Formats: sequence, structure tokens, C-alpha cells
Amino acid sequence: MSAFQYAASDTLVLAKRNLSRIPRAPDLLIAYTVQPVMFVLLFVYVFGGAIQLPPEFGDYTDFLMPGIVVQTMAFGGFVTAIGLSEDLKKGLIDRFRSLPIARSAVLAGRTLSDIALNLLSISIMVGVGVLVGLTFETSVLEVLAGVALLLLFGYAWSWFFALMGLTASSSESAQAMGFIVIFPLTFASSAFVPPESMPAGLQAFAEVNPFSTVTEAIRALWLGTPANTDIWMSVVWSVGLILVLAPLAAAKYRRAANR
Amino acid sequence: MSSDYAIEAEGLEKSYGDVHALAGVDLRVRAGSVLGLLGPNGAGKTTAVRILTTLLPPDAGSARVAGLDVVADASALRSQIGLAGQYAAVDETLTGAENLEMVGRLYHLGKAKSRERARELLERFELDEAADRLARTYSGGMRRRLDLAAALVARPPVIFLDEPTTGLDPRSRAGLLETIEARVAAGTTVLLTTQTLDEADRLADTIAVIDHGKVIAEGTSDELKGRVGGERLEVTMADPDQMDRAIEALAPLADDRPVAEGGVVKLPMRHGGGGIAEAVRRLDGAGADIEDIAIRRPTLDDVFISLTGRAAEHEAAAGESEEGTRKVAA
Repeated sequence: MSAFQYAASDTLVLAKRNLSRIPRAPDLLIAYTVQPVMFVLLFVYVFGGAIQLPPEFGDYTDFLMPGIVVQTMAFGGFVTAIGLSEDLKKGLIDRFRSLPIARSAVLAGRTLSDIALNLLSISIMVGVGVLVGLTFETSVLEVLAGVALLLLFGYAWSWFFALMGLTASSSESAQAMGFIVIFPLTFASSAFVPPESMPAGLQAFAEVNPFSTVTEAIRALWLGTPANTDIWMSVVWSVGLILVLAPLAAAKYRRAANR
Repeated sequence: MSSDYAIEAEGLEKSYGDVHALAGVDLRVRAGSVLGLLGPNGAGKTTAVRILTTLLPPDAGSARVAGLDVVADASALRSQIGLAGQYAAVDETLTGAENLEMVGRLYHLGKAKSRERARELLERFELDEAADRLARTYSGGMRRRLDLAAALVARPPVIFLDEPTTGLDPRSRAGLLETIEARVAAGTTVLLTTQTLDEADRLADTIAVIDHGKVIAEGTSDELKGRVGGERLEVTMADPDQMDRAIEALAPLADDRPVAEGGVVKLPMRHGGGGIAEAVRRLDGAGADIEDIAIRRPTLDDVFISLTGRAAEHEAAAGESEEGTRKVAA
């Protein structure tokens, strides 16, 4: 095998290891299944009636679903933060680093397994969404392109959580640090309410917020609303985040382990 | 450098800010032998192991393990070493078998070979019945055994064990030591760190005592004990007025003049002097009534006091000195 094939095989072995813990840790499984469903139902039935929608949206479920799935993607990487933080604390990172594996394999394996988990989340949320009234207005190809974009955006945030997991002193604080950044970003966007209803300053922020950009892109791909530049800008944002966050996480990994 | 040595380190230095974890460490371990790295917490043992296992680059100095440089040949070296760290590094959400298979895959043994090797090791470490249970259900001793098994998956010629018995109950500890002895008998080179002298004593061919990041003494266990002084006899008198009589009676058994301290007569036992039995006979003959008589063997604390003039200052030493004192009812 070549060095690249070894690196790919190491990454897959580690990704499989990360995934196999999910069904065995019921709390994590709940986070990936019950929690998104709960959010969909709460937003649809609690806020749905109270939010003034732009005319192009038929009902709040259609408006909400792209936004709430985008939010869930961003949070999906928290398993990476918890996992890396625990692996560091329990000495597993040392074990991995003493093995003849590719340097990149530990972080790549983590973020790769997040993609699989995020796909599970999307499936469950879309399933529930359809049950409560979500209707796709576009072709299957466009819907799948939306799924791919969601996974790419989620992948970018996995690197953010990797950085948090390697920075924070405990898995709890890694998770909390992640939520403190992501929560305001998702709410100060067009994900849950139209920015037009926000105060001027916040509205300006919401319009440049990448969460708005990605949410609008998914609305375009799933509901057929005008895309403008949102789809391409979503790709640019995601790739940009990966290009910034992945090297930071890799550097942090080298330093965190070199103690 | 000569290939007689499986581990050779010269002038290793490592600092964290102002703290000199290693201040110039030289080590040599012959292929197929065991080096015990003995020292208190914070002495630099773990830092030395981390450098030798490629986890940490040294600030200065160089080291070769299995003929490979720990910095320049780090990736080639990793397939030649096994590491069992201070914290049993097992994945609690995997089963015992899955843990070892994963390690086998990461050593690139292939799927079938990894599975076969995992079963083999689980059996040898008496974990076969627990093989398909999640490691989080394992006892501390079982985790340690699994961790050690993981270090042996690829049959590496050199293994590093960082305080492998810390936190184990005596039975698990004995089992683990036996396993290590079996690996050594099979020709593996072992570097083992420990805080307890008797562990180093039992396993190691040579012992290096490390303190404040420096090797302060090196030799076989007998050589080190020689430096500390041998066994000491302590006799508690029933009647303090008989103290002088006891000192006269015991003087021929001592290397040095016995001393009296707070109702206790203390003396360094001369080798071949007849031991505690002869001491009791002599005290009886002299009509000295004793309340208690005990042999005190050298401990890590004694080694440290003798080498550095201060106590080792750690919990293990306190436990050790109790174990080291064998009381004989008088």
C-alpha cells in the first residue's frame, strides 16, 4: 500500500471506531435523533403561528426546515469536541501517536465520522419535517445537492469543534464553548425568523451571517426560492472555514499532544 | 552507535517554561534486557518515555531506539515499539476484542491478522471471557492488562511501560508482573518506569534512579542497595533500663555500633551474621526483655535519602516503607 492508502485506511479504522460508540452511548444517540426532532416540533408549533413570513413562503414549516437543519449541522460536530477532549484526557491520543499511523488520521477520522452522523440527523429531520408539512418544490437532484451542501457546511464546523475539543480543559467546556459561538450565530440569521423583523444593526449582521447564506441556499435548492449568489457563497464560506480551521486544529493537535 | 543496545539516549533535555523536566539524561539498555527507571513523581520518568516513544521531541540530545533515531526516523520507529502508558489507554466504548483489533489495524497487520492476534492476546491475558464486553465494564486490573496487550499487538522488539502497576490491587499487580517477565523471556527489550523499588528489583536487570531530570545512580538492584546499606534491625525494649545490655548483646551482629533512639535499639545488620534469629537468641541470653523486633529493608525512600539527602516525598514511598518492615512477634 502507498502512504496515501495507509492514511485513508487509518482514517477509516478510526472513523469506524468513533461511530461504533454512538449506539453504545445512549445520550449521544438521543442528541442525534430525539433532540433535532424536538426542535422541529417546538419551533413549528410554538413559534410557527407568531412569525410574520415573506410572501414567497407558504407556511412556517417550509421556512423553518432549511434553517433548523443548517443549525443542526453546525452543532453536529460537538461529538468531535467531546471525543477529542476525552481521548486526550484518557491517553488514547498518546496511544494513537505512538502507532505507525498517518499524522492526519486522528482528526480526519473524527471529522469524517461526523459526516455520517450528520447524514443521520438530516434524514431524521427531513422525515419529521415531511410529516409536519414540509414540501419540496424542486428536483431530486437539487434536493440532494442541498444535502451535500449541508454536509459540507457541517464538516467545516466539525473542524471548529475539533479546535474547541483540543483547546478546552474538559469535554463539558469544549461543548459549552462551541455552543456559545454557534447559538448566537444561528439565531441572528435568517434561519428561524426573517431578518426584516430585527433591529437595524442586528438585521445588517444577519444579512452577512454565513448561517443566513447557507439557509437561503438550502431554501433555494429545496423550495425553489431565488438563489442569487447564496449557493456559491455557501461553498466559499464552507471551504474558507475549513481552510482556516483545519490547519489551526492540526497545529493545536500537535501542541496539545506534545506535552 | 553499537547495535548491542536497543535503547541509547545521550544528553536528553526537555524544559517546560522554567521547569527542566529532563536536564541531560543518558540511558543505555541492552537488547533483550530490562531497564527500570526509578524515581518519584515529577522526576522526569514520563518525559523520558515520551521522548523515546516519539511523542515528544527533545530540546537537546539524541536517542536511538531499535537502531532508529527518535526524531529523524520517528515514523519508521513507531512500528518497532509498544507503549503502555500511566493511564490505561483503552477505548471504553469498544469491547476488549475491538480495542485490540483496532490497534492491530493501525499497525497495518490487516483485518484477518488483527482479529487473530487480538484473540490470541485476550487468551494470554486471561481476558477471553470478557473479550466481547465493553471495556468500560472492566476492572482496573483488566484495563491494565488490555492496555499492555495493546502494546504487544505487533510483537514490537522494544516496549515501554510507564508505571504499569499504578493503582492495581496486589493480585492484578502480580499477574501483570508475570506477563512482563514472560515477554522478557521471549527476548523483548523493556523500559519500565516505577516508583517502587521492589518492582524494579523484581523485573529490571539494571535500574536507573532519576531525580530532577537527571540520572543520579545506575546499577543492578544489589549495587543500589549496597549504597543504601543493607537490612536494619529495630528492637523495642520492654524496659528502657535494659537498653545498654541489648546494645552490648547485639554489637557483634552489627556493621556499625548500635544506637538507642527513644526506647528503640537500631543497628545495621552485618551480612551473614545470623539474622533476626541470632539477634533474638543473643537478647534472650543477655536477659534483655523485648517488646517488639523488626527487620527493616531498604526502600525507595532510603535510596533517595542516601542519594539525595532528602525523602522522596510521594505517597508510594510511605506505603512502601510499611510493606518493607517485617515484624516478628517476640
